[in-house]
Amino acid sequence: MIAERGTRVLNNVQAINEALDLALGRDERVVLFGEDVGTMGGVFRASDGLAQKYGEKRVFDTPLAESGIVGFGIGLAMAGLRPVAEIQFAGFLYPALDQILSHLGRMRHRTRGRFTVPMVIRAPYGGGVKTPEQHADSPEAILAHVPGVKVVIPSSPERAKGLLLAAIEDPDPVFFLEAIKLYRGVKAEVPEGYYTLPLGQARVVREGNAASLLCYGGMVEVCLKAAEVAAREGVELEVVDLETLIPLDTPTIVASVQKTGRAVVVYEAMRTGGFGAEIAARIAEEALDYLQAPILRVAGWDAPYPPFSAVEHFYRPDARRVLEAVRQVLVH
Amino acid sequence: MGVETVQYLDDTGQPLRDLPLSHSELLQGYRALRRARHFDERALVLQRQGRLGVYPPFRGQEAAQVGVALCLRPDYDWLLPSYRESAAALTFGMPISKLILSWRADPAGWGAPPNVNMVQFYIPIATQIPQAAGVAHAQRLLGKEAVAAVFIGDGGTSEGDFHEGLNFAAVFNAPLLVVVQNNGWAISVPTRKQMKVQRIAERAHGYGIPGVTVDGNDLVAVWSVAREAVNRARAGGGPTLIEALTYRVAPHTSSDDPSRYRTEEETERWLKRDPILRMKNCLLHLGLWSEDQEAALSEALEAEFLAAVEEADQAPEPKPWEIVEQVYQEMQPDQQAAWKYLRGEA
Ligand SMILES: Cc1ncc(C[n+]2csc(CCOP(=O)(O)OP(=O)(O)O)c2C)c(N)n1
Repeated sequence: MIAERGTRVLNNVQAINEALDLALGRDERVVLFGEDVGTMGGVFRASDGLAQKYGEKRVFDTPLAESGIVGFGIGLAMAGLRPVAEIQFAGFLYPALDQILSHLGRMRHRTRGRFTVPMVIRAPYGGGVKTPEQHADSPEAILAHVPGVKVVIPSSPERAKGLLLAAIEDPDPVFFLEAIKLYRGVKAEVPEGYYTLPLGQARVVREGNAASLLCYGGMVEVCLKAAEVAAREGVELEVVDLETLIPLDTPTIVASVQKTGRAVVVYEAMRTGGFGAEIAARIAEEALDYLQAPILRVAGWDAPYPPFSAVEHFYRPDARRVLEAVRQVLVH
Repeated sequence: MGVETVQYLDDTGQPLRDLPLSHSELLQGYRALRRARHFDERALVLQRQGRLGVYPPFRGQEAAQVGVALCLRPDYDWLLPSYRESAAALTFGMPISKLILSWRADPAGWGAPPNVNMVQFYIPIATQIPQAAGVAHAQRLLGKEAVAAVFIGDGGTSEGDFHEGLNFAAVFNAPLLVVVQNNGWAISVPTRKQMKVQRIAERAHGYGIPGVTVDGNDLVAVWSVAREAVNRARAGGGPTLIEALTYRVAPHTSSDDPSRYRTEEETERWLKRDPILRMKNCLLHLGLWSEDQEAALSEALEAEFLAAVEEADQAPEPKPWEIVEQVYQEMQPDQQAAWKYLRGEA
């Protein structure tokens, strides 16, 4: 269906902006808000021009208060609107964790479906662009550990647009994490008009049989690069973009590992307790008999993301480290 | 009580000035107070019989809750109560059977009927304040004149969400009533250890909204102050912070022992200012009430309560698989797997 549409080349921010524009135009209940999202159009310009186009009742600036933003959005959603909140950087979500844990994910359950929170929280996450302290955090594992929410992390403009529109239509709260590195770092053909892509489906972005690279968001680009290098040596790596962490598409992950017999999980958050551990556990539970090597994780180190630009790239996994892990699993 | 505290009845219930309520309203208000008290007393009995879970009583605070709820329309306005607001919930239209089930920690009680816009009692302190601001703002975006009312205790005003919620409500001019029941204690911590300010209502100035302190044991005062705030909010005048001075004469919850932190004399003093006694004396003074009517009311309330208990008792036992229901609109693979397991199908 998407393939039949005309396409244009857009970067991630443009694709997200287009999705927001389409959602606002299509559904009166959609409202957009956060710090600087109105007049200015967001610090990354994701909501550029939308306040001007839809008015400040639909697209508005809020006070600088993350708990307030999320709590306010929960209230708007319970009352029948479709709020899309922007948290300026994922590393600033923490003041809102009480709202997120106590209510965002729990409201449907704690009111037995009487009140629901069809809300989307967008937040730029991740490193690679030399941001100041706290701006490069990847808190997806914290969010994935919240019952009742969904966590989506797109890796390309075409996917970002369709997934964001699906997230806004979704009846449950969705965290939509956008890799800062990819905002302007990737460009691709994006279908025109309104379309949604299903949440909860991983996709194989490159087929191979030597080992599976399991990744999402900003790490997809890194894994594809590693796969290209490996291919020059005749090693065909399979790259699986998880895309939605909650709900997780375990069958696609398991099928890939059953095919290749080897798994490397790549994510840029701190290694311990990261979402990669969940993926490794699921592989161990469901595909252990197929494994020919231990499951390896390539991740950030067990330290805060370094705000020191000269050494930042030692923290964030790159193709070289992914290939090192691949070599290790291939030895077996 | 200081001069800045709104009051219509003296401590014995004698009107201090002309009452802004009609005779039928005064009677309606008294019945609502008695109904709340009856629920509270009987709920504690159920709790001691092991037929209710942990229960937070509200005895002494009836007027502060009932006076606000009487101004609201349950199918139009919104109520976001915390755990101590069973009286507000009851007056707002929550069926007694649902309240019993709710405090029985039975999922069948965790969800208001479709015609009652009440969110399940909030347990984490202050979290409902920013949400209430959102609910209230949504009414304006949806073109309604509905308002939202949210309750919090004096201790709860120390939380950041109290500030963030009030600030949001103020900035967006949201039709919201934030009602602080200043009952002097946050479990064992007295208000003076909670904050440096004397009057919580004064904080309203910091947000640029009206704030008012009211005698929380005077139903006439609470009702009139709340009505004014509701009317202002409906007309687009934005939020109001109402501080109701009251006292929790009962323990914090059915598991609490207040003798560990406060004196009996203090409680005795407040018992003399009992909101129901004051209202009854007011009615007697105005010649609107008799002991015969009182007895008939008691009888009717007990009958209503017993019928509700019976109804609650008939609710089917919660099923183990309800644990993973209502997590998402559609069960996702992980809930689905757990659901099957809990049903013995996996
Ligand atoms: C965020 C949070 N912290 C702590 C508690 C535990 N707790 C329950 S009630 C309470 C005191 C609340 O006092 P106050 O706000 O004055 O309300 P009151 O109980 O007096 O009505 C505390 C500390 C809680 N429920 N939520």
